[in-house]
Amino acid sequence: MTTLILAEILTQHDGQQLSPAVLQAVTAAQFWNSPIHLLIVGNNTAAMAQKAASISCVERVIHTNSDQFSHPIAEDVASLIISISHDYEVILAAHSSFSRNVLPRVAALLDVEMISDVLEIKANNTYVRAVYAGNVLTTIQSIDALQVLTIHASSFNAQSLEGDAEIVSIASPAEFGKTRWLSEVRSQSDRPALSAAKVVVSGGRSLASAENFQQLLSPLADKLGAALGATRAAVDAGFAPNDIQVGQTGIVVAPELYIAVGVSGAVQHIYGMKDSRIVVAINQDPDAPIFQVADYGLVADLFEAIPALTAAL
Amino acid sequence: MKILVAVKRVVDYNIKVRIKTDGSDVDIEGVKMGINPFDENAIEEALRLKESGLATEVLVVAIGTSANQDVLRHALAMGADRTILLEAAIAIQPLATAKLLKAMVLREQPDLIILGKQAIDDDTGHLGQMLAALLDYPQGAFASALQMEGNECLVTREVDGGTETIALMLPAVVTADLRLNNPRFVKLPNLMMARKKIIETINDSEFSINTEPRLNLLKVSEPPTRKAGIKVGSVEELLSKLRAHEGILL
Repeated sequence: MTTLILAEILTQHDGQQLSPAVLQAVTAAQFWNSPIHLLIVGNNTAAMAQKAASISCVERVIHTNSDQFSHPIAEDVASLIISISHDYEVILAAHSSFSRNVLPRVAALLDVEMISDVLEIKANNTYVRAVYAGNVLTTIQSIDALQVLTIHASSFNAQSLEGDAEIVSIASPAEFGKTRWLSEVRSQSDRPALSAAKVVVSGGRSLASAENFQQLLSPLADKLGAALGATRAAVDAGFAPNDIQVGQTGIVVAPELYIAVGVSGAVQHIYGMKDSRIVVAINQDPDAPIFQVADYGLVADLFEAIPALTAAL
Repeated sequence: MKILVAVKRVVDYNIKVRIKTDGSDVDIEGVKMGINPFDENAIEEALRLKESGLATEVLVVAIGTSANQDVLRHALAMGADRTILLEAAIAIQPLATAKLLKAMVLREQPDLIILGKQAIDDDTGHLGQMLAALLDYPQGAFASALQMEGNECLVTREVDGGTETIALMLPAVVTADLRLNNPRFVKLPNLMMARKKIIETINDSEFSINTEPRLNLLKVSEPPTRKAGIKVGSVEELLSKLRAHEGILL
């Protein structure tokens, strides 16, 4: 039995790196007590493969070095995985827009019902995952011989970096040919990536405008070295770009410190931040549901409290 | 160009579902149901393509019991040309749904298939990618913009950290994000007229596809809740509390 982990490459202003969630994926994969192989699909991946080889408990790092994967499309990544899938009984990845795009395609080609965003792995191919926007947990058992799943990264501890895996490069499969990559728009920010930030400052609809959102939250985030997040309501109202939305339909974060500013605490938002270590909520409304999940709640006028907090740091 | 949209009937998004007392499943008996919100975006996008003269027919398909007639009537009231109910008795999981939809695609030969990016009940978000895989079609998952250009469909996709745009050669599968469009409101007269329209019904046994579930539900439970902490009276008090925590540097 061998387990394959699909790693994700993040492109940021300072170049490409492996998504840190791969460390949690390795911990999750250890459940099967079998050798763990890590797959990196991209171009110029040698340095990333070297780094991945140092992740404890990884036996082999498999990587591609092909122009075809400079901007990988799901169809080609899936066919690459299919080309090596006969060696594996478990194929998993950390849950992200990348893995959610690729792995269902892989699962269907292997005639497997996939399991997404797993919170807990149990014996006998049994998993716990949330449904209904995190309101209900289901325990499900798969009867498929092969398991294809994504894991909810913040539910697992990060693996340490004391390993020494072998590195193998593999050739790319024939191109799918019916999908062309055209362009991308990366949000420009000097701040840390939202999914990896130690501190997150999130704003909700109470900020009332895009100007307020930036003017109040940017200085605070700058002082804290924090990533900026937003609720779905703030995004839909046009106060913040959609790629910083925290929640069930956005990004799931688990920082050391999460500061929710003018956030009411909709269920779908709480799903995206409830694994944070310390939660601070600042809101005018003392009855806002966000206070039910906050370690520290401050009922105050945002437009006074946030500048005061920023000045006190 | 013919467009096929598949829709799912789910618990209304405003309702917090309850768990049955024996923990065997969620209790949705008598609960308000409706069309999956992302599927409404899918229908809307198909209708806009038709209204701009790029599509000739919008076909909407639902899979399940006859209760699904209400979501198909909703689709008709929005402006769909034709609807098909693929009758199935048991709850069908995404892989089996993809197999049934593949059979529908082979029967109807649409040029473009638009689905919602995920259903808000099981929250899997697998179906579009699975259907594309089984058909060997290109896939454009989590679309926030769509544009036709010759024989290609240009899809702007929501990805972590931004967006990317890809070109899919038709036929193709696209899954709709909420930001793709704002679905139109259904007017009452349209809903009345939709009641008179015929919904074609096919039994899933016609396709002889094994739809037995591969995932067995063992139990459902309440998620653990974070405990509420304390209220602080001022910014200063907040900072002193935070500074008392190990590892929090302020």
